[in-house]
Amino acid sequence: MACNSSGCESGCYDREKDNGSKIVDDAVSGGGNHESVCVKCKCNAPMTFGDGGFDDGRFCADCFRNNVFGKFRLAVTSHAMITPSDNVLVAFSGGSSSRVSLQFVHELQIKALKNYEASRDRSLPVFGVGVAFVDETAAFPALSPEMIDAIEWVRYTVSCLSPPAKDLHVVPVESIFGSDSLDARDRLLKLLDSVPDDTGKEDLLLHLKMLSLQKVAAENGYNRLVLGSCTSRIASHVLTATVKGRGYSLSADIQHVDARWKVPIVLPLRDCVRLEITRLCLLDGLKTVELACRSQCGINDLVSSFVALLQEENPSRECTIVRTAAKLTPFYFNKIPETDDSNVPMATQRRLKRFNLKYDGSMTTEAFCPICNGPLNRSDSSELDTFEEGQESDVLYAACCSSCRFQILPQDGSSLEQFSSFLPDHMISQVKHQKVDSQAYLREKIKDCLLLDDEEVV
Amino acid sequence: MSSGEKMEAKSKKAGASRLCFLCNLRRPVLKRPKTLQQICRECFYEVFEEEIHQVIVQNRLFKSGERVAIGASGGKDSTVLAYVLSELNRRHNYGLDLFLLSIDEGITGYRDDSLETVKRNEVQYGLPLQIVSYKDLYGWTMDDIVKMIGLKNNCTFCGVFRRQALDRGATLLKVDKLVTGHNADDIAETVLLNILRGDIARLSRCTSITTGEDGPIPRCKPFKYTYEKEIVMYAYFKKLDYFSTECIYSPNAYRGFAREFIKDLERIRPRAILDIIKSGEDFRIATTTKMPEQGTCERCGYISSQKWCKACVLLEGLNRGLPKMGIGRPRGVNGDHKMEIKKPGSVAKSIESKQCGSLDF
Repeated sequence: MACNSSGCESGCYDREKDNGSKIVDDAVSGGGNHESVCVKCKCNAPMTFGDGGFDDGRFCADCFRNNVFGKFRLAVTSHAMITPSDNVLVAFSGGSSSRVSLQFVHELQIKALKNYEASRDRSLPVFGVGVAFVDETAAFPALSPEMIDAIEWVRYTVSCLSPPAKDLHVVPVESIFGSDSLDARDRLLKLLDSVPDDTGKEDLLLHLKMLSLQKVAAENGYNRLVLGSCTSRIASHVLTATVKGRGYSLSADIQHVDARWKVPIVLPLRDCVRLEITRLCLLDGLKTVELACRSQCGINDLVSSFVALLQEENPSRECTIVRTAAKLTPFYFNKIPETDDSNVPMATQRRLKRFNLKYDGSMTTEAFCPICNGPLNRSDSSELDTFEEGQESDVLYAACCSSCRFQILPQDGSSLEQFSSFLPDHMISQVKHQKVDSQAYLREKIKDCLLLDDEEVV
Repeated sequence: MSSGEKMEAKSKKAGASRLCFLCNLRRPVLKRPKTLQQICRECFYEVFEEEIHQVIVQNRLFKSGERVAIGASGGKDSTVLAYVLSELNRRHNYGLDLFLLSIDEGITGYRDDSLETVKRNEVQYGLPLQIVSYKDLYGWTMDDIVKMIGLKNNCTFCGVFRRQALDRGATLLKVDKLVTGHNADDIAETVLLNILRGDIARLSRCTSITTGEDGPIPRCKPFKYTYEKEIVMYAYFKKLDYFSTECIYSPNAYRGFAREFIKDLERIRPRAILDIIKSGEDFRIATTTKMPEQGTCERCGYISSQKWCKACVLLEGLNRGLPKMGIGRPRGVNGDHKMEIKKPGSVAKSIESKQCGSLDF
């Protein structure tokens, strides 16, 4: 999936002509070349952002915006991310990527509304949009005042994106533990404290945030979850996953669509780089907020610094990283499930362009790690059956991927027991579900040769 | 460990065992880079050698009676490799005939010094030595090449030439297999490099412990899971004779980025090096990924996927005073209809996109 951002065309260190576009030798030397007209439309004056990034001063404001929005819209249509009957929840962190994704989804919605009102038969409904903000105060109690201000600001921002009006859901991350907030907050802190590794703790919190987003989406009737992940974030993820031994599940995380979850996740900004996104925010006056809890530590931080260093040396490096990872084989769940189409009118179905994802096509069922939801490499998952009679914590250990086992699960038996008791019910039930599933998986493969019914099998 | 560090270690461990983690008998003298266990010297030698033995056995790297050449540069990896392999060969009766094979690239002040080390190794380990030089094979030394092309792309020339030189040397020695001292750090760096540079074809091959089974000489890397730091530690404690300078022509290698990053990573989480290798092994890469079709070079008969092998292309460039020939993407080489460089996408990319750095494998 080529990132055809303007940045990829020019000044690569070793002259990569990756997407067949012209090599413009001058553009890499900081500050950009100073054409007097936009290189695309050749009429307007080019924008200069003065941020020292590449391709500064080449495009006019309109062409720049259209380029970014164009990539967003292409991703949405070719992967059937948002269709008229959908109810879409946009995850909003206050950062620039999710701000842009919120803005673009809003603009798509406005357009759909306009078409709806203008059409005679009103056959195509307008998709619904809601916004979710995860409140992490429980994990970072010291940041409470900052968080309160942030929520205020988020409320205001969402209220401005109307009409069409959008519901805002402020989701406390501890809500996955239940509705008793004091108890839930306590359990969250105990859970996080029992993780010995800093990077593991950070990653566990990310998994919990995703669970809370899934919870609010499912409970409020949304059928799509939009994340603002951009190329740059995905490039970092490729490296962190590699470095944590998560090479098998990597291809599941970086596609446009991730339908492993109850509410499928879509990434419409996947082909846009952070530089474009921050420039767009500047151009359109989109305000953002940077929360202190978003700073990284350990391995995640090291990788971010590494990517920043690589970017200095070659501004298209992020794109190359993502392009390489995109050549890995995705999973069967990396596209919108076909069954969803039953709600979509025939006319719309025909209009949808679907990319044919190159994967081996076999609908293998995968087992998933209960903590990170990563597909497990069957060859190195332990024999779950040997833990039939074992304790819950042993079963948990066997069910997890090797990366979670190392960086999230506590190493000694009693701490593991405790940890297990703090986990949200959803994750524990995943463990049991997985055990049953592997039997079901085997049965599925051979059932046409089985003579006896299930109950009769010894 | 300096006495200051020892004191610190002792006071930190007040109350904890002050004995080797593994044998519980002797005083620990080092912290094992791979596992951070505090162990004594003897136990270190034991785990180090045993782990390598297990890698050899589990991956079935050798068969009894094979003639095996050890790629020997005189550096720490190949010196330790020669030492350990001859030791394990004796101890576990692998039944191998071992040789040292060294390549003289013609780098004054670097290779001539390290070759002296290899000659000493020949005597110390009792392994016959064969030296193959670029001057004899190609008519050019790296000194000559760098004089002509400078310090950019020089690693590309050296890497391509070395690969062929090793194969030719192996043929001269009539060996069945070549072993190289590539260690876990090297392989982890290569995995990262291939991700950074978009080389999916190489990414799928670079974690294989044995390569080139369908070529002239299969090669394997017994040190695939061995940490560079542990190799250094082993050489240090055993007081092995090796040459420890970086190649004088390599300051600009892109691999340096990956190397620095891995060093930082190792400090936070030592097992990450093995995790990178694991990821590399687990990447879902379709086996239908375009692999080059194997043929032979028209000029020299060496294995090649193009009409001319890469070494011949580069040599032709050097001899004609066109040092850029064969470097970078093929854009239709001027006036060289003989070349007819096909453009099977990833093949050209994988051969030519390497600026400098490692052996082609």
